[in-house]
Amino acid sequence: MTIGIVAFPGTNCEHDVAYALESLGAATVPVWHRETSLEGLEAVVLPGGFAHGDYLRAGAIARFSPIMAAVEKLAGEGRPVLGICNGFQVLCEAGLLPGALIANRDLRFICRPVRLRVESTDSILTRTAAVGQVLTIPLNSYEGNYIPGPETPNAILRYCEPDGAVTEGANPNGSTTGIAGIANATGSVAGLMPHPERAVEDFMASTDGRVLLESFVASLEPAGTARA
Amino acid sequence: MRAVVTITRRGEIADPEGATIQRALVDLGYTEVDVVRVNRTIEVSMPGRDGEYVLTAVRGMCEKMLANPVMEDYEIEILD
Repeated sequence: MTIGIVAFPGTNCEHDVAYALESLGAATVPVWHRETSLEGLEAVVLPGGFAHGDYLRAGAIARFSPIMAAVEKLAGEGRPVLGICNGFQVLCEAGLLPGALIANRDLRFICRPVRLRVESTDSILTRTAAVGQVLTIPLNSYEGNYIPGPETPNAILRYCEPDGAVTEGANPNGSTTGIAGIANATGSVAGLMPHPERAVEDFMASTDGRVLLESFVASLEPAGTARA
Repeated sequence: MRAVVTITRRGEIADPEGATIQRALVDLGYTEVDVVRVNRTIEVSMPGRDGEYVLTAVRGMCEKMLANPVMEDYEIEILD
């Protein structure tokens, strides 16, 4: 079972994501954005970076890259689709996740570890975590301020204090209700602003990204099997 | 003909850049300024096409890509 990792011009986390997923036993394959098929792949990740220079809006141009039709097809089959940071922005622009991401409240690029509270385990990103679990994972973004659409989003991760309390003080970027990550209604498509792939080894500041990526790997089912 | 698209963020959506400029203007002595919104303009040229054609095409561009319907509105002005 193989995970496709999509790179757009300007994507810069594809190797880190591949490393992290392979360290958890998954097989990965790079997918260039000009490709048009994800045939034979069970899941796909849109990693972080600055796809197409983030011109117009972050993710707005990437959303029309040729590979995105295949990503939408995979998502439509209920297979795991994960967007990290810029990939989350692309999924929102594509309408695969609701809402949008705008500039941080304080107009600063934020690059530091943040604490996240697991709000739901009903997603491909959190299924092996526990509700209330507090994770320390690096955030690395300028446009991480989440704005919901008309409907209440399915929040799976929120910025929090060390004890797990979700407070405005723990909210680094002004994101609505402290949202750091969301999923679609069925949990098969998920996106988050922090970078779990940067928290998987002992030499890193934390290994808390593992539980999220392990959840993703555990969500894989062989190609051809239908998901409920 | 050319079209100029003005893209505005809806009033209820935060505009951190506009808010920062508003505070700076107040500090500068323009104390009556209560709201600043930063909008974006995009100019599109379609040589040899009339205004109606350009308007229809640019409206489609806005719906598909130039504006994000979650948080933005747009206005199109046709230029000569």
